[in-house]
Amino acid sequence: MSSEQQREYVLRSVEERGVRLVRLWFTDVLGTLKSLAISPAELDNALSDGMTFDGSSIDGFSRVQEADVLAIPDPDTFEVLPWGDPKVPEARIFCDIYNLDGTPFAGDPRQVLRRHMKAANEAGLTFYVAPDIEFFYFEPLTPGAPPVPIDNGGFFDLTTNDITGELRKKTIRTLEAMGIPVEYSFHEDAPGQQEIDLRHTDALTMADSMMTFRHAVREVAARSNVHATFMPKPLEGIQGSGMHVHLSLFQNDENAFYDGDDPYNLSPTAKAFMAGLLRHAPEITAVTNQTVNSYKRLVPGFEAPVHVSWARNNRSGLIRVPIAKKGNPTATRLEYRSPDPTCNPYLAFSLMLAAGMKGVKEGYELPDEADANLFEISDDVLAKLGIGQLPESLAAALATMENSTLVREALGEHIFEWFLRNKRQEWRAYKTHVSAFERDRYLSAL
Amino acid sequence: MSESLPAKSMLVVVPNPATPELARTLDLGGYGWKAVNTPTAAGESEPDGGWAGAIVDATIDPEAAWAFLRTLRKQPETSLPVLVLIGGAQLSELEHRDDLFDDFCLTPFHPAEIEARLRHLLAGEVQLISADLVEYGPLSLNLETYQASMAGRPLDMTYMEYELLKFLAQNPGKVFTREILLSRVWGYEYYGGARTVDVHIRRLRAKLGEEHAGLIQTVRSVGYRFGESRWES
Repeated sequence: MSSEQQREYVLRSVEERGVRLVRLWFTDVLGTLKSLAISPAELDNALSDGMTFDGSSIDGFSRVQEADVLAIPDPDTFEVLPWGDPKVPEARIFCDIYNLDGTPFAGDPRQVLRRHMKAANEAGLTFYVAPDIEFFYFEPLTPGAPPVPIDNGGFFDLTTNDITGELRKKTIRTLEAMGIPVEYSFHEDAPGQQEIDLRHTDALTMADSMMTFRHAVREVAARSNVHATFMPKPLEGIQGSGMHVHLSLFQNDENAFYDGDDPYNLSPTAKAFMAGLLRHAPEITAVTNQTVNSYKRLVPGFEAPVHVSWARNNRSGLIRVPIAKKGNPTATRLEYRSPDPTCNPYLAFSLMLAAGMKGVKEGYELPDEADANLFEISDDVLAKLGIGQLPESLAAALATMENSTLVREALGEHIFEWFLRNKRQEWRAYKTHVSAFERDRYLSAL
Repeated sequence: MSESLPAKSMLVVVPNPATPELARTLDLGGYGWKAVNTPTAAGESEPDGGWAGAIVDATIDPEAAWAFLRTLRKQPETSLPVLVLIGGAQLSELEHRDDLFDDFCLTPFHPAEIEARLRHLLAGEVQLISADLVEYGPLSLNLETYQASMAGRPLDMTYMEYELLKFLAQNPGKVFTREILLSRVWGYEYYGGARTVDVHIRRLRAKLGEEHAGLIQTVRSVGYRFGESRWES
């Protein structure tokens, strides 16, 4: 694989397809997609020397005194965008961010995940992930009014005008055209709620795909005058949108999580990885569930996890070990159920990998399977069983994260510090808010 | 890509001299041409870019015309598109000679027909002899421009997807293991591992579209094969 050939491929494709605008994509620390549009004439130069831009304008990038950074396109991510006017095609290409001296920029989430993938690779392992992503379709938003699901017919109604089905089909076609294969898609339980499950890829490719996915879902919906949202809990009393992530480690063609002789079909590596993920789960939750709203999804009664536990088939647990189809060792995997689809996928995958690998390196012992419905067991009993809870609020998650050596090392000082600072501000802003809940409960009674 | 004929538009005409009707038709059509009697003469007067095609008039000396074409076709490096002019009573001569010509035209001919047939023949010729084009059924890859299309619809691919598809399409019917594909297409230093191949195959299948996803077959516990097996059907 020669980068010279890759560049040539990209330049030639832009010319042949008549691409008018090339969007250089990268991701800020909070997981928001950023785009720097350049003309095709500038692309050659961008591919060889990168594009300098002022990093202080991006959330979590440079401090003011070291403002300029360099975006270097990764030519293997070049794709012509399947939406928009085919007469004036646009293309996108993901970038890695570097300092002007050519060292990887510490504030770039993609570089963080690259570092973790490389470390795993040096141990002979590749980290594969497959997310199941939930989201809602709403009518165009009216400021101040609650959102209205587009198919508000109710749980069991068969709607004749199946706009959601059409939108989902269009979205899947768009995703597949961009090389993001979809495994399943279906209407979720709640009105307007959808789920799209992606087929596994290595975690870096998947993080790129997630960024593309969120953009494509919104873009396709907006073209039909529908608002798509990944907000974790948009409607009170109705289940929220999660992102269950299926995880596996491969050593070449072998699934390092599989052991045919084990009653669970889990290898010692899988068990230690799971133990690591469980032990450090509270520490990484601020990143996998990064908004105030995220914690309104992580409550009992909506199939979202609350307790730090694992089981083969228990939807109240944090990690599920899906029973792989017979004779298919490659399908052995862990399903990590707490993240929501608003997270920064680069950072979330980095931390899942780091937590799991810590368990593998230090030989953590896996706690017993918890196959009872944990929501029906009292906290005292759970405490005796050693089953803890995930942080109950963004503030609690940040406090746990702050004391985590694992997260500090995995994210690097730059992102760790900035993330805590930024999210504390979000929490403080939330604290000043007086909600309808409080007025309803206290105004007349107190 | 120019609309007019490429620089390589010189036709070789057999025999010499050409009939006045043919000469006039070619001149009016804007073709450059040269009449010769033997393959040697054709070789000697060949222009720098090579001949674009041959028009062989078999009405005058059929034996000599077929002999010329037999010699021409024996030269593996030349795959000139050949238009044969033939009389209505001679049609049986075409039998079992399909390998010697690409198209024919009955004499006396209408100039417009010659022109139409030449246009078609020469347009096809660019694709026929171009080493830069890989085709399999509705799939076409232009190696020079890196563009691929399925039944005329352009396929947008990343570089590695393109390289993988190119490798497979250049070796149809062969089964490749993931390791071979990884080493030939990515190079060994790539850290994704052999499963990367599976991921890219799935992406490719998604892009080829449901209808054509079967072009890339999974050969259980071995690897992948593009197109039909050599030993089946």
